[in-house]
Amino acid sequence: MKSDTVFKYVLHLIAVIILALLSLIFITLFVNSLPSIKSLGLKFFISTRWNPVKGEFGALPFLVGTLITSFLALIISTPFSLSIAVFLSEYFKRGALSSVIRSGVELLSGIPSVIYGFWGLFVLVPVIRNLELKLHVPPYGVGIFTASLLLAIMIIPYSASIIREVMKLVPADLKEAAYSLGATRFEVLKGVVIPYSKSGITAGLILALGRALGETMAVTMVIGNANVLPTSIFAPSNTMASIIANEFSEAVDSIYLSSLVELGLLLIVVSAAINIISRWVIKRTSKV
Amino acid sequence: MGYQKDVKSLMEKEINKNLENNQSFIVNDKHIFFRKIYNILFKTSIILFSIISIIPLFLILFYVLQKGITAIDWDFFVKLPKPVGVEGGGISNAIIGTFLIILMSSLMSVPLGVGTGIFLSEYQNSKLAYVVRLFVEVLQGVPSIVMGIIAYLWVVRPMGIFSGFSGAIALGMMMLPVIIKNTEETLKLIPHSLKEASMSLGVPYYKTILKVVLPSSISGIVTGVLIGIARIAGETAPLLFTAFGNPFMNLNIFKPMNSLSLLIFNYATSPYQDWHRIAWGASLFLIVFVLFTNLVANGVAKKWKVEF
Amino acid sequence: MESRVLEIKDFSMYYGDTKAVDNISMDVYKNKVTAIMGPSGCGKTTLLRSINRMHELVADTRTTGEIRLYDTEIHSISPIVLRRKIGMVFQRPNPFPTMSIYDNVIAGYKLNGIRLKRADRDIIVEDSLKKAALWEEVKDKLHRKGTFLSGGQQQRLCVARALAMKPEILLLDEPTSALDPKATTKIESLIEELKIYVTMVLVTHNMSQAARVSDYTAFLFLGELVEYGQTQKMFTTPEDKRTEEYLTGKFG
Ligand SMILES: Nc1ncnc2c1ncn2[C@@H]1O[C@H](COP(=O)(O)OP(=O)(O)OP(=O)(O)O)[C@@H](O)[C@H]1O
Ligand SMILES: [Mg+2]
Repeated sequence: MKSDTVFKYVLHLIAVIILALLSLIFITLFVNSLPSIKSLGLKFFISTRWNPVKGEFGALPFLVGTLITSFLALIISTPFSLSIAVFLSEYFKRGALSSVIRSGVELLSGIPSVIYGFWGLFVLVPVIRNLELKLHVPPYGVGIFTASLLLAIMIIPYSASIIREVMKLVPADLKEAAYSLGATRFEVLKGVVIPYSKSGITAGLILALGRALGETMAVTMVIGNANVLPTSIFAPSNTMASIIANEFSEAVDSIYLSSLVELGLLLIVVSAAINIISRWVIKRTSKV
Repeated sequence: MGYQKDVKSLMEKEINKNLENNQSFIVNDKHIFFRKIYNILFKTSIILFSIISIIPLFLILFYVLQKGITAIDWDFFVKLPKPVGVEGGGISNAIIGTFLIILMSSLMSVPLGVGTGIFLSEYQNSKLAYVVRLFVEVLQGVPSIVMGIIAYLWVVRPMGIFSGFSGAIALGMMMLPVIIKNTEETLKLIPHSLKEASMSLGVPYYKTILKVVLPSSISGIVTGVLIGIARIAGETAPLLFTAFGNPFMNLNIFKPMNSLSLLIFNYATSPYQDWHRIAWGASLFLIVFVLFTNLVANGVAKKWKVEF
Repeated sequence: MESRVLEIKDFSMYYGDTKAVDNISMDVYKNKVTAIMGPSGCGKTTLLRSINRMHELVADTRTTGEIRLYDTEIHSISPIVLRRKIGMVFQRPNPFPTMSIYDNVIAGYKLNGIRLKRADRDIIVEDSLKKAALWEEVKDKLHRKGTFLSGGQQQRLCVARALAMKPEILLLDEPTSALDPKATTKIESLIEELKIYVTMVLVTHNMSQAARVSDYTAFLFLGELVEYGQTQKMFTTPEDKRTEEYLTGKFG
């Protein structure tokens, strides 16, 4: 009996350790952001000048860069991830074509970010540079658009799998009811499946957005690393994650380091919020 | 039935209307033709978009294979990187570094992860379990670069030196949610009767869990660990300012350590063609390792599955 | 003589290699209720769903023989046309939870992209709900969600939804099995009333239900049609021994 009690205590202890771990993560980030929060305050988020040598820390360019790349990636990827979800959950549940797409998407999600970046740098960047020449914009090759495109490829598997899960929750008898009224498959999707899973799909897309916000390596390698407000979607820029990746190990003085930690804190807070809210929405849909 | 009469009188009108409706709505060939066309167009575009989505996979795999295969030979695995301009050399330090870091991460996260998984499945509906699940969800969503910051602040700064150990802390935290979720899911599948059978034989609770329940769910747990390994094997961002990288062979976990991912990043962004070539080789090796690990994970899930 | 709406001839249906419906021939008559009875798993649902080709939604199914609606083989009609002529009510009420009561009734038109004038829509909704004996109960809350209704009301809403498409035949697959006795009575009397508008085929487990509401009864056993005829006759003087055993509760 005694060892049973000990065992139960240990289990609870482990659970508490997990809680402590995440709490400690937040606390560490917050405490280490304090110097920056205190000395820069709101200016940190609205100033556009980032010049550590002169002691100027304005993170607005990175906030803007992050938002544009992520949203652009989301917009580019959405038709594809929706298609894959519909493909696998409605059209080809089994069979050769289905397993090709399913394992293809799985493999895609397994490729490390740094290899996406490497490939992007050597294959995608020259392609985009040519495109930019044709469009008569400065042919950097690297920049927001390239990063978004690469990010889009990377988040497709993620959002597709969530959307697929959500679509699976649509009760079969609702679809049957629609078919029995003479609807085509397209009409069933449009009139029943999508309306029913709308909030879940939105939540899934927001989760994918969260993924994109924090994605680091691939973006760092192709975004061009410019610490100024981007002037076009082809311009080089930086995201919160990429500026941390680039400058964290050089950041020696305390405000510099602290301001980068503050960006990290912002990242984790945003992704935690996105995660909690989206999962809640998805869980709620499954209960209707 | 107040409106029964009403209904009956409507009957005749109804039949006429029926005919009318049939003509105007149902047997409208053109309308049906267009609906069918839309349906086909939609299906076609779904197929098209789905196929386009996985084209990058083949492009990447093909490119990495084509570039990487030329870099790989025996030396590649056993030699150390050479300075710029010197031909040859290998990535043995990065390979060993990667495996050491993965090993350390696993040692840290497996006990904690499996323990948490057991807790979640044993106390499924407790308040604590609910909160833990939420935290695990959040932990899984933490951007990898932030894990790097944490490990830096927790380990590198106090110790005053970059180290493989700090990198393993960062990656271990990323592995945790994967292991926890897989363990929990697997344990939930174990029928209650198994546990009851064991308990009724007088086996104490802790022994029932450790000696009966865990072994019969071992495949799920191993799968979780392997998926976790596949997830962290290629992680770079958390290592940038923890393991940091190291051109030399280093087996001391409290010193800077190289990894495949760091090597790929450093070499890929360098201006030297020789280094690019080596980075392609390393990429090929890394991709094969990750895909292979995932494959084994799937195999384990199928082969070791204890049927009930 | 009754006029024939549906002619099922040497019809079989397979799930993969297993035969679920075995060489069935029977006629369904206009403005009558035809009940399909039989023990669980004997192929009632399968037969019913073959009539409006709903079985095609399941992968790997195959049929032989023919089913004619009037004189047209149903497989020569597009399923989207056929299903409008042969509507369906399911075992469990399944109103669309994202739509209001009103929209549920005209869901068929909406889904099929048929634009109706407001006035036409109103007529169809009122008419269908009246036929389904639901109008009085919901006329003041037409724009509330259909899922707020009771189970029996939801099922009648589903009947109204099917009727709105003005089908020739209405297929009902154990429409009362998920309902309480009071709601069941209501649906049964509804079926009686609806006969004047529509031909019905009713799958039921409940013998007394079949006796109460149907004009013809088919008894299925292991995918085969054992006996088919007028309900009254079948319940009083069954010809086949298996029918008799089923009716006297020996099995099933
Ligand atoms: N989707 C399917 N795939 C394979 N076999 C099926 C499928 N649906 C039904 N069957 C099989 O076909 C046979 C007939 O099933 P069906 O559902 O038509 O029976 P039923 O008479 O409606 O039974 P119940 O009274 O339980 O509803 C059964 O043996 C069943 O196992
Ligand atoms: Mg049935």
